[in-house]
Amino acid sequence: MQRATLDLWVGLFVVAGIVAVLFLALKVGNLGSYDNGETYTVKASFDNIGGLKPRAPVKSAGVVVGRVAEIGFDPENYEAFVTLSLAARYSFPRDSSAAIMTSGLLGEQYISLEAGGDEKMLANGDALKITQGAVVLENLIGQFLYNKNESQTEQAAP
Amino acid sequence: MMQALIGHIRGIGRRTVDRVSRMGVAARFFLLVLLHSGPSFRRFHLIIREIFTAGVLSLIIILVSGLFVGMVLGLQGYETLQTYGAEESLGVLVSLSLVRELGPVVAALLFASRAGSAITAEIGLMKATEQIAAMEMMAVDPIARVVAPRFWGAVISMPLLAALFSAMGVLGGYLVGVVLIGVDAGAFWSQMQAAVDFKEDILNGVIKSVVFGIAVTIIALFEGYDAPPTAEGVSRATTRTVVTSSLAILGLDFVLTAFMFRGV
Repeated sequence: MQRATLDLWVGLFVVAGIVAVLFLALKVGNLGSYDNGETYTVKASFDNIGGLKPRAPVKSAGVVVGRVAEIGFDPENYEAFVTLSLAARYSFPRDSSAAIMTSGLLGEQYISLEAGGDEKMLANGDALKITQGAVVLENLIGQFLYNKNESQTEQAAP
Repeated sequence: MMQALIGHIRGIGRRTVDRVSRMGVAARFFLLVLLHSGPSFRRFHLIIREIFTAGVLSLIIILVSGLFVGMVLGLQGYETLQTYGAEESLGVLVSLSLVRELGPVVAALLFASRAGSAITAEIGLMKATEQIAAMEMMAVDPIARVVAPRFWGAVISMPLLAALFSAMGVLGGYLVGVVLIGVDAGAFWSQMQAAVDFKEDILNGVIKSVVFGIAVTIIALFEGYDAPPTAEGVSRATTRTVVTSSLAILGLDFVLTAFMFRGV
């Protein structure tokens, strides 16, 4: 085969391969939605993080404003600490609160950031004071059954 | 009785020693190929010719298989997910299984039987017809002239083929899931993008396909170079290439998966 046609075919093949990788990265994967801009980190402690995972989204009013960077256990307070990395173009008041929510009944868990009213804004390395851990379904069911039992015994007693 | 038993054990021992020494020879062959790769990069058109034979000529089978694997995943995934009312997650199922496992593994298996066997047969026949000996006579290093370009051509082609396979598979899943069955297109893509991570999933898949490419190619080249110079020897070497490289792909896949996705 002619050298020129050979080069053409190989060139087409390589271009198609690179396009496939780009398609996978941008359309199938999350590279397109990665915010490569400046970020700042904020810490938060939770009594229970449930099934939260690194890279879970941080949402405020339903919009993704950052991601969970790191999750660890604080052996002094027996609490979980979570490092959030937030996009620098969004700043939040100092008294903002974080809660771990679930998208849908069985969906993935994310952190919901509720803006407070302070005039000072969160800076890099600050900690969130008001947090609410994940709701553990088993505890909820346990409480429900306990309450139900109690109300039944109250009805039976008099 | 005792004599027969000892004979059997001796046979096992001999076979083990044979295998291990063959692996050692293959490893030395691999090093030799790497050491002699310099000249083939200086004459890059040699590598381009091999990318053509290994990569471009494998395109049809890779693209068609990718499309059909994706379509089957779409159908089967829908059947199962639908019972849990989670058919929107079809995109996640199709893309993750393709990008992480099926893309690299099936593409490598096809590549081993399409391109690997061809490499073995070609080099085995070159040896049987004494072309390799003739090259040595002319002071042309056969490793640098024949083996190294084929190695690099195939190693460059493999990740591209695996990526094309995965991309075609995702499109196949989209065709069946969204166009044919009617899963919501927005949920299909957005859930997929939320679940598939570039570094964790796609890059690891590419690394897998590079490793498989190296393994398949070196097995094919070694079997061809090591084949007895007879018609039967070449035919056996070709069979061995397909069997050994398929087993190597599956074994390596398990090891790599265990390292990459250990339930983070």
